[in-house]
Parts: sequence; C-alpha cells; structure tokens
Amino acid sequence: MKLGTEGARILSLLALLAVIAVGFHIASGGLFLTPRNIYNLVVQTSVVAIMATGMTFVIVTRNIDLSVGSSLGLIGMVIALVQIKWLPGDAAWNWPLSILAGLACGALIGAWNGLWVAYARVPSFVVTLGGLLIFRGMAFETAQGRTLAPFQDGYLVFGGGIQGAIGESASWMVGLVGVALYAVTQVVAHLRAARMSRNEPVRRRVLKVLAVLLVMGAFVWIMNAYNLPRSDIGRGIPVPALVLIAIVLMMEWIGRATTFGRHSYAIGGGMEASRLVGINTRKTVFFVYVLMGVLAAVAAVIATARLNAGTSSTGELLELSVIAAAVIGGVSLSGGRGSVAAAVIGALVIQSLDSGMVLVGASSSMRMIAIGLILTIAVFADNQFAREAKE
Amino acid sequence: MTQPHLVNMQGVSKSFGGIHAVKGIDLTLDAGEVVAVLGHNGAGKSTLMKMLAGAYQRDLGDIQVHGQSVALSSPAEAHDLGIETIYQTLALADNLDASANLFLGREIAWRFGPFRVMDQARMRDQTAQVIARLNPHFDALDVPCRSLSGGQRQTIAIARALQFDARILIMDEPTAALGPHETAMVADLTRRLKSQGLGIFLISHDVHDVFDLADRFIVMKGGQEVGSGRISEVTKDEVLGMVIMGRCPAQIRPGPGASMLDEHGAQT
Repeated sequence: MKLGTEGARILSLLALLAVIAVGFHIASGGLFLTPRNIYNLVVQTSVVAIMATGMTFVIVTRNIDLSVGSSLGLIGMVIALVQIKWLPGDAAWNWPLSILAGLACGALIGAWNGLWVAYARVPSFVVTLGGLLIFRGMAFETAQGRTLAPFQDGYLVFGGGIQGAIGESASWMVGLVGVALYAVTQVVAHLRAARMSRNEPVRRRVLKVLAVLLVMGAFVWIMNAYNLPRSDIGRGIPVPALVLIAIVLMMEWIGRATTFGRHSYAIGGGMEASRLVGINTRKTVFFVYVLMGVLAAVAAVIATARLNAGTSSTGELLELSVIAAAVIGGVSLSGGRGSVAAAVIGALVIQSLDSGMVLVGASSSMRMIAIGLILTIAVFADNQFAREAKE
Repeated sequence: MTQPHLVNMQGVSKSFGGIHAVKGIDLTLDAGEVVAVLGHNGAGKSTLMKMLAGAYQRDLGDIQVHGQSVALSSPAEAHDLGIETIYQTLALADNLDASANLFLGREIAWRFGPFRVMDQARMRDQTAQVIARLNPHFDALDVPCRSLSGGQRQTIAIARALQFDARILIMDEPTAALGPHETAMVADLTRRLKSQGLGIFLISHDVHDVFDLADRFIVMKGGQEVGSGRISEVTKDEVLGMVIMGRCPAQIRPGPGASMLDEHGAQT
C-alpha cells in the first residue's frame, strides 16, 4: 500500500502535467508540445529538479533548507573563480578540477548547515535562513560582485546549449541501454521473489518494462527532433537531463534501498522512536544536509554553464521553487512522507506552468500569482489526501 | 563461586536539571525471573529502565550484565548485550510498515561504498514468520503502522524485542493500550519467555497487572526505593500501600524512599 499510494500520487501528478501541457498547447496556438519547447523545458527543469531530490530528504527528516539558492550562487562563484581566475586557462584538467572544487564547497556548505541543525540543535528554519544571507553575501565577496566569464568550452557542455547535447545516435544508445538495464533489474527482482516462493504476476513486470520502453523511446525521439540551428542534425538528449536522470536514479535508490534512506524516513515519522531503537539521528540528519549541499553544487554547475558566467546573484529565490517542487510533489512538511520521483515531477509541473505562461504571453507578475495559487491548492489537496489515507 | 546475576545495578542515579529522577537504586535480575518495577507515574521506573536500555546515560552507579561492568552508552550497545525493550510508547515510526519497524536500526544489509544496502525480501520474510507466531491473524504487513490497531502495533513492538534473541527483556507498561484478550496474550507470552530462561523487567503502575506474573518486585517513589522483596511475601494491598503511601510493611526491609512511621503509627 505504501507503493500504491505513492504510485497513485505520481499518476495524478502526471495527469496534471498532461492537462497543463495540452491546455497550454491549445492556448498558445500549438507552441507548447514542440520538440524545441520540450527540450528547453527539460533543460530548465533540471536545476530545480536536482535540488528538489535533495530537498525531499531534508523535508522528509522534518527539516527545511532555505539556503539552497544562495548555496548555488556561492558554489557557482567558487567554480568560476577557480576556473577563470586561479587555474591556467589552457589546461585540460582545469574545468574538471573546478567542478571538484565546487562539489567540495557544496559538501562544506551542507556540513555547516548540518552541524548547526543536527549537533547544535538550532531549528533548521533559522540555520538555513541565516545561510541564505551568509552564502549570498559570500558569493558577492568572492569577486566583489563582478561577473566572471567566460567558462571553458568543455564546461559549457553541462549547460545543455548548442554543444550541450549528446547527438542522435548516442541518444538512442543511452535509451536502449537504459531500457535494457531496467529490464534486467525486473528479471532479477522476479527471480528473487520466485526463490522466496512468493508468486508475483509476470504481467505487471512486463507492463512496467513496456512503459519504460515507451517513455524512453518518446523522450529520445523528441530530443532528436529538435535540430541544431540551421541544420537538420538532431541535438539528442541534453547533458543536464542525463545528469538529472542519473541523480534521480541514485536518490531513489538511496531512499528505497539503503539504511540511510530508511533512517531518514524513520526520523521524520518518529524522532523519539528512531533514537530509542538506536539510530544515530544526528549523523543521519547531518549527512542529509551534506547530500543537499553536494546536489546544490551539481545544480550550480548546470546553472552557471547555461549562463556561461558566474554572477553573485545566480540562484536568487531558487530555494522557493525547489521547496515548492517538493511540496507539489507531495513531500509532507510534517516529515516522513514523500518521494524523490514525485518531487521531480513537481519541478516539471512548476516549470511547465511557468514556460506555458510565457508562451501565452503572461507577464512575470501573472506567473508569480498563478504558481503561488497552485502551490497553495496543491498543499490543500495533499492534506485532504493524507486525511483520507488515515481514515 | 556463585553464578553472577544476569543484571546487577548498584547505586544507579540520574538527574535532569537538578531533579533526582532516580536516586541510588540497587536492583538485580536473574535468568528465568520476572521482576516487577512498580510505582506511580513519575516515580522513576521508566528512567531507571531507560538507563538499562541505553537510551539514557546514568550519572552515578554501576551496572553489570553477566558480571561484567557495562557502559550502556547507546541503545545499540544494549542490543549487543541482549537487552531488548518494549517501550510504553512502542517506539514505532508510524510512517513505516511492520518489517521496516522490526528491523529499524538493525537492518539486514551489506556494505556498498558509503551506504548499506538492505535485503528487504529477507527482512519481510522474517517479519512475517515472527509475527505469525505471535498473532496468526496479523496480515497487514505492508501497511504503515499509523493505520494499525493498538493491538497490532503492540504485536510489532513485541515481535521486535523477540526477533533478536533477547536475554534481558524490559517491558514498559506492555498492556496499557490493550484489550482483555490481548492482555492475556501478553501474560502467556511473559510466562513462556520466562520458562525459556529470559530475565524480564516488568514495569507497571498497576499492581494487579503484574502480581500474578512477577517473582520479585521493587516499588519506587520519588526516584528512590520504597522496598523490594518476593511477591510471595506480600499481599496486593500491602504493595498498593507501598506504591501510594510509600508505607513499607514490617516483613519488607524498607528502602530510603519509604516513609518512616513514628511510635503512634502516623507518618512523618
């Protein structure tokens, strides 16, 4: 039933997504469901969605992180500083090293938040509100507010721009390997269940594999249908989308299959119980924040590569989109409930609304009003849902 | 040489911000024995047991398990010594299902990089087995605990304590949330575990609950011992008098928590 309710939530989110897509497609006179728009939508979503996977864990442990937007800004500046100012511009190892520096910086930021929340017992709202100011201030201080540009060509791949996709044939390869790997995991799971002499219908697994095949095929086909400028060469899967897919798989696995994930959920569902059964609750919460920091660093790479510049204002107000994505995805602010996949779909919903309204010519103020309304209604619906589940 | 006690607590004390929750308690437990720990709410009995369970750290005193002094600095250390606890609050994560709760903190898992990957199928199978022994009608294995009945939740908490081969079992008000049928089940289980050679601490504020089950008892009041002895030496009313008034009957050696009587029989 745990899977059942989560599955129902994801299906209803996908239905909402479909309604938004078709609605805006009609309203914009056929502009929404085009390869070009969907490609850009995927690239735009990846920054928020990557952080939303980490925010899911933070909220599941009944905490919050308001500092992710500022963290992204500071990490972006650190990467820019290392890559453009410190390291020699012609070295091949320059940009990979700058990314490592960014990831380390993200882990440090997460550790800072985690120490205060988990070990000093300061409420996470306060710690990360402080972080929001501290990291944004530090982002400014790193280069006295100047913009650092340009990045190296190798780095720009992560932005999903003209160089930032893997091409048609590689995309088909990725899709094929992905579906094949998924099929293998399903076969292994089935054999395992059979060995435990538990009979499970084969048909469900076959349907799952077919669904993945269909979605993957459609995705690759659409990404390949968006051509490079002034050519008929398809772009293929954008690199940020690949990064996002890898991170979603990793975070789903951590949440479902590892003790760290299970303990995170247990802490959100019963802090005292978790302590009494011997879970190291402080360590778990600490590493949830470290993970969030590292994911903010991954998002920072994509955000700065897209801009091709490091500016101290990158990621302003992004924490709100990230939290909204998780909440629309059904991650409960009272802790213990929510899934990574649903939070990512929540990010897609927000981004679709935003980009759809751009296509129909709505002003930015109108977009803010609409997204605010959707957020409120989503939480209301979720509360109703939770109440029904309880009864 | 005599066999060491299974548990031997000497002068165990704990205070919270200047308030003595537990003060200088001596208490032993042997294998195959049920010892009732009695007292009002706030008498310190749960605090005393939480120190044995590793959930609280004692300020003073010594605790020996099998004759060895132990630190008991964490619940995990208590688990390793074979000390299992059924908490009054049950200590369940309400959002997780039976198998997740049964193995919470002690998952069957193997190391993979920085992570430990759980063997969920095996945990689920073992959960089904141990729960079926306790309650054959329990079929809600995949449901979050919050939507289970009080008796089902209690079953999970008990199953967790039994799953890991406990030698010392602490039961904190195990029947507080149960109906008469389930209460009888817990009593049967207590007797069975006792005959298997477990040492059991049975915490209760209700004398009637434990009088038929326990071999020995200790009554606490204000964190101190009122008196302790064998159940066969006392009547229910005398024990009630100890719990309520702190009045120690003549045949029982009074502890520091007993109220003294002057020559007119009035309490001082």
